[in-house]
Amino acid sequence: MVQTLAHTTHDGQADGDSAGLICTGLSKSYWGVPVLKDVDITLRPGNVIGLIGENGAGKSTTSSIIAGIVEANGGSMTIDGIPYEPARPSDALKNGVALIHQEIRMVPELSVAENIFIGRLPRRRGVIDRNRINDEAREYLELVGSQTDPRRPVAGLSIAAQQEIEIARALSREPKYIIFDEPSASLGQAETQHVFAQIAALRQRGVGIVYISHRLEEIKEVADTIVCLRDGALVGNWPASEITKDEMVKAMVGRDFVFSHRAPKPATSEVALSVTGLSKAGVFAGIDFDVHRGEIFGFAGLVGAGRTEVVRTIAGADQADAGEIKVHGEVVQIRNPRSGIDAGIAMVPEDRKGQGLNLDRTGAENITLPWEKELSSAGIITKKKVTSTANKLRDFLDIRGRLDIPVGSLSGGNQQKVLLAKWLVNEPKILILDEPTRGVDVGAKMTIYETIRALAETGVGVIVVSSELEEVLGLSHRVLVMSGGLQRAILDRADATPEAVMALALSNVPKESPLESPIDGEAEYQTTIRTQEN
Amino acid sequence: MAIIDRNMTPPRPDSSPAHGEVAPTSAASVNTSRFRRIMSQIPGPLIGLIVIFVALSFLSPYFLTPRNLLNILSQVSAVGVMSVGALLIILLGGIDLSVGSVLALSSMSMAAMYKMAGWPFEVALLAGLIVGALVGLINGILTAYGKLQPFIATLATMSAAAGLALFITNGNPITGFPDWFIAITATSILGIPIEGVILVAIFAIAAFWLKFRPSGRALYAIGGNEEVARLSGLPVRRAKILVYTIAGLLAAVAGLLVTSRLDSAQPTAGAADLLNVIAVVVIGGASLSGGSGSLLGTFVGLLIIGVLNNGMSLLNVSANLQPVVIGAVIAAAVLTDRKSSRRHT
Repeated sequence: MVQTLAHTTHDGQADGDSAGLICTGLSKSYWGVPVLKDVDITLRPGNVIGLIGENGAGKSTTSSIIAGIVEANGGSMTIDGIPYEPARPSDALKNGVALIHQEIRMVPELSVAENIFIGRLPRRRGVIDRNRINDEAREYLELVGSQTDPRRPVAGLSIAAQQEIEIARALSREPKYIIFDEPSASLGQAETQHVFAQIAALRQRGVGIVYISHRLEEIKEVADTIVCLRDGALVGNWPASEITKDEMVKAMVGRDFVFSHRAPKPATSEVALSVTGLSKAGVFAGIDFDVHRGEIFGFAGLVGAGRTEVVRTIAGADQADAGEIKVHGEVVQIRNPRSGIDAGIAMVPEDRKGQGLNLDRTGAENITLPWEKELSSAGIITKKKVTSTANKLRDFLDIRGRLDIPVGSLSGGNQQKVLLAKWLVNEPKILILDEPTRGVDVGAKMTIYETIRALAETGVGVIVVSSELEEVLGLSHRVLVMSGGLQRAILDRADATPEAVMALALSNVPKESPLESPIDGEAEYQTTIRTQEN
Repeated sequence: MAIIDRNMTPPRPDSSPAHGEVAPTSAASVNTSRFRRIMSQIPGPLIGLIVIFVALSFLSPYFLTPRNLLNILSQVSAVGVMSVGALLIILLGGIDLSVGSVLALSSMSMAAMYKMAGWPFEVALLAGLIVGALVGLINGILTAYGKLQPFIATLATMSAAAGLALFITNGNPITGFPDWFIAITATSILGIPIEGVILVAIFAIAAFWLKFRPSGRALYAIGGNEEVARLSGLPVRRAKILVYTIAGLLAAVAGLLVTSRLDSAQPTAGAADLLNVIAVVVIGGASLSGGSGSLLGTFVGLLIIGVLNNGMSLLNVSANLQPVVIGAVIAAAVLTDRKSSRRHT
């Protein structure tokens, strides 16, 4: 099954054909440690290559070399037979190679058009020619199907809208080759489909595309060819139509490994968390659900549906306007994160870097941060205590890497495990996980899933919010589906098929959203639900 | 405090070694890397201090006398006490511009209550300390609850406190304090001036707090990433208010030391201290963006400033040129510090 020959593509182009971007024997090492070994990739115009591999397999290094961000130690690249040796990103752009970063990099205060043309703003009599950039920006935005006004500032736009701008910015360079580095990591299903539509349009125009993603289903959908890296070496190159997901996983991790979710053990009848009528004006309204002890309760919905906002409110990160929260049957007043923690509610937030971890501090310090008072004796906390507490959790979560170095130097998967460990120092009654495996490799993902199940089996009530349907449906006993800030339904595991959940997630928000006027909204929300039940 | 039972081990998909593990390197490179590691553990400011110290020992015969060295400790005591508060605030990612004015205001308040209002001196002294803490409390409330940027909030209180200090006596100094009060800055214990003892004690207490007490360690977390700290349940606003209040109190303590040394409360005392205080903290390796810095570094920074000023006076460097040298040292300290921290990553 595994072919190591990179020069044959499924449309039958011959080896000697020099059309396209051809990388031969790319190698890179840092301080003597090889991170990329002799990688061959052939990207033809109008072709889409799906690049897969675990974190640290060399995907980012490959794309950085092609985009001129880092220089290879060995190997060569040609474009249409002409040697291509980019020393910096601007060289790559001049040669028609653009990279769309995983993380969106925008200047929020500047306008959409200014962000698109940043660094090369056209001037007229010494000042920026606004009419010109707005007109041109509009053209590129239309190309990606965006309705965003180029004159408005980027601040306040949704992540999906910003992703469109990011693509429009790449297009404005009129590239012949585009690398998408995990564009869907921060997008929901609908936004991802939108990106795919744009990729299809680009391919029609003869643009060659490298698409990097951890989501194997979608990469199969979008790519013509799938290339897999493992430990810096190319281990597979297949036509996308001829490979299954299990085979991809096998190639990535280098071992047999079934990517399946076993059914969770049944939950108890004891209620761990009970939420009634939780509302926050303009954000979400009328949220009602119970989570049992031992239950994994999923939150599904599109990005922007209000899932994160609901769980943040339960954990005390934001304040509700109305509603009641009970933990183990007792009403709790949650005014801030501390009172949430004291009530036994722990939350692993979605944004690891901005909200979860202090990247400059060590792993051990991050893990014990919320618990220093509990871990100190006579008001004094020692490094020994911090280290020993962290080490216990390191073994439990299979964290690979040192915990006495800044946590920012660990891989994404290990960072996520450190973040999870932080909330397991003191066993929570309720554990909320918002996007628990974002930007995490397959191996770490499995450990995290098993940990979630193991915790539920000890009687913790677990809430999982995820944009990956497979993840949330595979883990959960029941799934709450949200759209437009409203709770659409709670589905049992048996009923929670991807089709059913997507249909609910896409259900229309009433034109006059109840969120605009929370008081009248109550009633209107009830009618919405009733119509749905009928 | 029930730490999860570790017997509950989740099954793992594999047990292959972690990525990126490097094979053992040769003995020679181990040696150089060990040397480098030891070198990188010596803080840059300390190396700077030793260089300056050795240079001055050769340049001036008076420099390396015990009397002169103890003198330096006395000279820097007021700035040193304030720099403790400044470090705490800078760890939080804040800044306090009001320290110099608070020094003057608390000194003038104490003097006015003693001399003009006729309060017992001990009560007046306590009131002076409370005035300093109060201004700090206002700084804390403005930044924590008013959400003012610390620069703006403390700019406002700096102006107000400076004005009040002048208003009390219409700009005139107040003199004539009890003998025991004057003696604080004129007496030594075992050869060490009392103000030096006070200075070191304040550094030691604060360093202990930062290293071992959860509420002290929290400052690093808050300064490193406030949202992470908040979501971890740390009392961010309470910590800010506490730290600004401590800084105000310490500025008042510095005010008492200055008043004692001069036997006079001056409404414009401390006006030049602000920049020295920030210079000390920055030379000591703290980052103005918060989350990194140590009191040991700050103490070394304090000695660098003290030794430099003292040495330049001994060498008859023009008083007008001395700030130029200090400026160069600030830039050099931060430049080398940035280089070494880049090397670490």
